[in-house]
Amino acid sequence: MLRLHYNLEKVSMGLVVAIIVAASIGGIVEIAPLFTIDETVELPDDLRPHTPLELAGRHIYMREGCYACHSQMVRSLADELDRYGPYSLPSESAYDHPMLWGSKRTGPDLARVGGKYSDDWHARHLIDPRSVVPASIMPSYPWLRRPLDTELLRERLETLAKLGVPYDEAMIGASQADALAQSRPDGEGADAVRARYGEKVVIRDFDGDPSRLTELDALIAYLQSLGTLTDAPYTILKASSADIPDGDGHE
Amino acid sequence: MADTLSLFERRFALLLSILLAAMGMTMVAAARHGVMAVHGFITIALGVGLVLALGRVYYSAPPVAERAGRFYDAPTRLGIAMTLIWAIIGMGAGVWVSALLYWPDATPAVPWTSFGRLRPVHTTGIIFGFGGNALIATSFHVLQRTSRARLAGSVSPWFVLIGYNLFCVWAVTGYLMGSTQSKEYAEAEWYADLWLVVVWVTYFVLYMRTLARREEPHIYVANWYYLAFILVVAMLHIVNNLALPLRLNAAESLPVWSGVQDAMVQWWYGHNAVAFFLTAGFLGMLYYFLPVRSGRPIWSYRLSIVSFWGITFFYIWVGSHHLHYTALPYWVQTLGMTFSVMLLVPSWASAGNAIATLNGAWNKVRDDATLRFMFVAAVFYGLSTFEGSFLAIRPVNSLSHYTDWTVGHVHSGTLGWVAMIVFGAIYTLVPQLSGRETMASSRAVEWHFWLAVAGTLIYVVAMWNAGITQGLMWRAYNENGALSYSFVQSVEKMAPYYLLRTIGGALFLAGAVICVLNCRATVLLAKGEAADRPLVRQPAE
Repeated sequence: MLRLHYNLEKVSMGLVVAIIVAASIGGIVEIAPLFTIDETVELPDDLRPHTPLELAGRHIYMREGCYACHSQMVRSLADELDRYGPYSLPSESAYDHPMLWGSKRTGPDLARVGGKYSDDWHARHLIDPRSVVPASIMPSYPWLRRPLDTELLRERLETLAKLGVPYDEAMIGASQADALAQSRPDGEGADAVRARYGEKVVIRDFDGDPSRLTELDALIAYLQSLGTLTDAPYTILKASSADIPDGDGHE
Repeated sequence: MADTLSLFERRFALLLSILLAAMGMTMVAAARHGVMAVHGFITIALGVGLVLALGRVYYSAPPVAERAGRFYDAPTRLGIAMTLIWAIIGMGAGVWVSALLYWPDATPAVPWTSFGRLRPVHTTGIIFGFGGNALIATSFHVLQRTSRARLAGSVSPWFVLIGYNLFCVWAVTGYLMGSTQSKEYAEAEWYADLWLVVVWVTYFVLYMRTLARREEPHIYVANWYYLAFILVVAMLHIVNNLALPLRLNAAESLPVWSGVQDAMVQWWYGHNAVAFFLTAGFLGMLYYFLPVRSGRPIWSYRLSIVSFWGITFFYIWVGSHHLHYTALPYWVQTLGMTFSVMLLVPSWASAGNAIATLNGAWNKVRDDATLRFMFVAAVFYGLSTFEGSFLAIRPVNSLSHYTDWTVGHVHSGTLGWVAMIVFGAIYTLVPQLSGRETMASSRAVEWHFWLAVAGTLIYVVAMWNAGITQGLMWRAYNENGALSYSFVQSVEKMAPYYLLRTIGGALFLAGAVICVLNCRATVLLAKGEAADRPLVRQPAE
């Protein structure tokens, strides 16, 4: 062996090839099987993709670096189930390019935050977190009151469709109109949004200012959608708790 | 810099600078507004600046004919200067964001000073700005010395360094304006990623061509690590950053990976950025500068072989330990955990090899703060790799993950290991490249050393306490079977630790500022350049 290496380290291309081989094996073994995931992870029938307004909100969530302090991944641990809700399924983020599972909880997990607080609470909390949670150390985001820039929304849906997210021609074509309509519950487009994205889509004037479509509207729409894109985690958890006669039903 | 180039090379460099400015103009013209246009303007400014710098010396006397008989150290000098500039930017941003966790309203409520935008400025500034420049600068030095040959290019080292720093500037300014892919440690947008590939290929070709010129039959172990750094970082960078731009004239893209695949690819990248950027490259630095400074040969050649291939092979598997108990398939988590534990063997082999090398030179460790930097780096390397393997064990991870313990672990590696070995290398290189025996002030090096050690210890201990407290509070149940604490109660408990962490970071930053001033003073007192010379083959008589 030592003799072999003694000769190898005299040949620069030999070292290059050996390094590439040694460093490729692990990645190939762990990553390649995940691409058969279409067969191993079942997408629930009721799974819907994000609406254009929620996608715009997701972009703001990324832009402001929210993912640096908030995870979106409930682990299969008892206390996490009690604190946040059912553990996260792989199918829930199947349409997420990129995923926002996060790596740090300076603030709480947000995978199931949809519907947990009112729109008004979110609006106050984002503009001035300490007005609703005095001990919070979250930054204030007063600039979210500015109008939402929808310039790239159509391209965003188009690109996601190319990557396999089920947005059809009608959804792409109506992306800007749908974004506005989702914040106008009494407007004409509300029914069209429901028809395209399902009855459970939340259609509200999220920021409390009906005259304008703001970044706050988009971000709150996104936050209210988290954990609501499918009911699968709840049905799976219920089914597995039913199997256990006594006890707390967690793993 | 340009006065080291021949007339032909000056023309070629001029052409490249004009092309760079033209690329900037294209970006501005295509994007018209937004992040890409700003990046275009930065690029134009850089291109024009380079044209002016070249023009100023264009007609000066070309370099001496015996240039081939000297090492090419001018690029290394620029690389060290950029390392120090990025150290201040990256560490400054780090101290500032850490202060924001204690005083959340300390920054004016304007977008670009917000925590979420400054945090990647800190991580990119340190990993790519500080670490990357240090790696490129020292690799040029080590490659030439261990090959006993001059760099195999005169323009390409400048292209690599300047191009690389353009990538860093694009990345960091992009975050401030809200442009990010949101993939941790790979936040830069698609065109910056493409640009980095061009720079990296040039770097690799330069490295291989110089190795081909070597006057030593064997390639020294430091170069194996630098090669692994160059090759595997290229692989990781390309695969993790595959993305579709929304439009060719906008700084926005969507990764081709989604959900669980994206998570796996991201942490395969993320952990191996630690492995091949923050470990392999810096081990290359250690394997050269530690023997040079201590005047002792590496303790065991065999051990260095075992640890090199162990690190190269095992590390790639371990990324999935970032995803324990998540929606990632269980078997992948288990593989990641298993290899993380096995990784301790080659890691400690490296650390032990470094420490055993100091046998017989302990008096120098006592007297020479520069060598002490390297010794402490090796110790922290051993400690943080042990901690890393420990944290990767599934039940331990259930407590530590998502908490500040991880942050503490990363900083015991980056402050204690990476930054310490960089400072050790800088304090060895800067006097040598200035034709001097010592730094301008040895006392300042001593001060820097103790500030760095104190800062690291305060930081790491504060984060251990913070992380374990969080982990225990989140999982505590009361006698009624309900959770004992709300989340925000755990946030309140963090205040003293976050304050301590800021103090630790500030001490470390203060040491780095002293280093910058000391390096500047040393360069101003320069007595010439490096005295050593490459071997040059003489034509047969």
